[in-house]
Amino acid sequence: MKNGFTNGIVRLREKLEAACSEVLARSDDDNGFIRKERERAMASFKRLGFPTQAMEAWRSTDLTATLAQDYRIFTEAPETGQDIGQIFQCDIHHLDTDLVTLLNGWYVDHGQAIRQLSCGTVVGSLAAARLAYPALFEAHYGRQADVAAGGLNAINGAFALDGVFVYVPDGVTAGKTVQIVNIINSDENIMIQPRNLVILGKGSKLQLVHCDHSVRHKRSFINSVSELFIGEEAVLDHYKLQNKDNDSAQVTSAFFEQQSGSRLSSTVITLNGGIIRNNLHVKLSGPGCDASLHGLYLVDREQHVDNKIVVDHMAPDCVSRQLYKGIIDDQAMAVFNGYVHVARDAQRTNAYQNNRNILLTDKATVHTQPHLEIYADDVKCSHGATVGQLDPEAMFYMRARGIREDTSRMLMMYAFAADVINHIRIHPVRHQIDEMVYRRLRGELSVCDQCILDCNAQRPQVFEIDLNKI
Amino acid sequence: MLSIKNLHVSVHHKEIIRGLSLEVNAGEVHAIMGPNGTGKSTLAAVIAGKEVFEVTSGEIIYKSRNLLEMAVEERASEGIFLGFQYPVEIPGVSMTNFMKTAVNEQRKYKGLDPLTASEFLALMEAKKKLVDIQSKLTNRSVNEGFSGGEKKKNEIFQMAMLEPTLAILDETDSGLDIDALKVVANGVNALRRPDNAFIVITHYQRLLDYIVPDVVHVLYEGRIVKTGGKELALELEEKGYEWLKESNS
Ligand SMILES: Nc1ncnc2c1ncn2[C@@H]1O[C@H](COP(=O)(O)OP(=O)(O)O)[C@@H](O)[C@H]1O
Ligand SMILES: [Mg+2]
Repeated sequence: MKNGFTNGIVRLREKLEAACSEVLARSDDDNGFIRKERERAMASFKRLGFPTQAMEAWRSTDLTATLAQDYRIFTEAPETGQDIGQIFQCDIHHLDTDLVTLLNGWYVDHGQAIRQLSCGTVVGSLAAARLAYPALFEAHYGRQADVAAGGLNAINGAFALDGVFVYVPDGVTAGKTVQIVNIINSDENIMIQPRNLVILGKGSKLQLVHCDHSVRHKRSFINSVSELFIGEEAVLDHYKLQNKDNDSAQVTSAFFEQQSGSRLSSTVITLNGGIIRNNLHVKLSGPGCDASLHGLYLVDREQHVDNKIVVDHMAPDCVSRQLYKGIIDDQAMAVFNGYVHVARDAQRTNAYQNNRNILLTDKATVHTQPHLEIYADDVKCSHGATVGQLDPEAMFYMRARGIREDTSRMLMMYAFAADVINHIRIHPVRHQIDEMVYRRLRGELSVCDQCILDCNAQRPQVFEIDLNKI
Repeated sequence: MLSIKNLHVSVHHKEIIRGLSLEVNAGEVHAIMGPNGTGKSTLAAVIAGKEVFEVTSGEIIYKSRNLLEMAVEERASEGIFLGFQYPVEIPGVSMTNFMKTAVNEQRKYKGLDPLTASEFLALMEAKKKLVDIQSKLTNRSVNEGFSGGEKKKNEIFQMAMLEPTLAILDETDSGLDIDALKVVANGVNALRRPDNAFIVITHYQRLLDYIVPDVVHVLYEGRIVKTGGKELALELEEKGYEWLKESNS
């Protein structure tokens, strides 16, 4: 550990432990379920501590400077005096969503902490869901996000104060896309730990768009954990869009569990951010599942993006496909670690993994590594990783047709990215992301129109949320 | 229109073009023939502006301007078109988008407004007919998965779209059956005008049955060793290139 940072890291650890004790002291649930979960998580954190680069899983990502910052840590939901729904104007044309907002990690409830949509889907705050649906909550909460697996998971579980809860009952097709917007807006440096739980009943369908959004140029550290349970024959389309400012650090962990015959399509688009680590775990628990995991990262300057993917084939006849592509400019760094684990019983598994990178400068770096562990014998697995530059022959071909060099470069980068974008099944979302990627590649995308909502591009004043009033 | 004087070109310090001179006037079709590896594609690429080739001496004047000082895309916008011997595949870039960008960037260079979507589509339909190119090809990525013949036809299609002043076709006939060859030749003939010119690089006299050249040059070891009328092509077809080696050794 770098000297000079040590004190800061110790301070954060002490602060978190103190805040956690505060949370435990005022434990508010009857049966003690969440209390036990928090205690277990805290014990785990005390044992594991923060990740360091000495750990294999964190070898290429250095959180030292992030952890050494002084952050404000919230243990209680601030009172909301302002209807954030009023100031959100979604700019995705033809996309009518059920919008859910988290402000600094807290559910913005508009006076209703949990609601049932006309299609039957339940959407609300995690804290409210715990009380309103205890059986459902306890059956799923903490089942996938293993607090013993990592210090950051553990510390998230030690708080687990709020986040988003979505429940799609058996056989229900969620009518509209559910859109979660994480807004960070603070005059201080803050660390937040949202905790989300998404449950899809048998044969249900859900489209979920998850956007991260920061408003003020203060340092923020997000440590989020999401658990997503996909029941038998259920279908989940999950989109995550990251476009945070350069001072932000974000560790996101999404744990998907798929029951037999279910389908998951996950797309993670990273357009900007300081340090980003995305952990994506997919557990294929039942036979006949299909998981498509797509990612696109476009990073420049000093940015750092690290995608760690684990696909656990536990049951036979499942298919998983990973396609992650990235363009790395300036001194930016990208990391990709894709794990595929095929258990002995998971016969007739098809698992594909592909990571492709374009480096635009000599100083840009990428670390990419496949990790395959296969214990079944009847398996089709393939993996590939490429790191290259833009094809100079193609560049010359385009220029020889009169296309300027910068335009040629743009067209090629855009074509490279299109592979991932074309997998997006919600048309308005695809269109918007397409547009954003285009602007990002032209260097025209600013951090203030970062979210898929693009809410404040023309109206910056709408985001002037005064924390004192909330 | 094009005047090349005593051109010397090297790649990685190896001299490939060794004192080449060539004059092409508006309205003319020149054929350049010669054995493999003598520098035909190099000459074409130098005119188009490929940077790996280093011009060590000599000059190229095009429309009274020093061509060697112009960027690749500027040359294209000034009317130079290279039909590639090996057209490049560009995965993910659709033919339509590629051509639309090229046409409109060239228009912008000339100070013209971009074509509207419908104007562009109409232009594309008209030119597709000219070269008998199938619609499905223009929906695909540039040259990706195209057969050899389709790639060559696609070069002629692009030429038709861009209406160059000086088109250099580098072995556009190689590997084509007689029908495809006729399509290529018809494309060229349809575009011939008193104010433009063609340089047709070929191994075979048969293309020149359909595109009748005004001048035929023989390139050998980086120099033009013989220039004549269209009958020179027939002579080469009969005698092969062996005699060159003898007379130049
Ligand atoms: N990029 C290059 N790097 C090195 N050598 C090259 C390159 N391009 C062409 N050459 C060499 O230049 C010579 C002429 O090639 P080329 O112009 O393609 O001939 P032709 O078209 O007449 O067959 C050959 O010896 C070839 O190997
Ligand atoms: Mg050649």
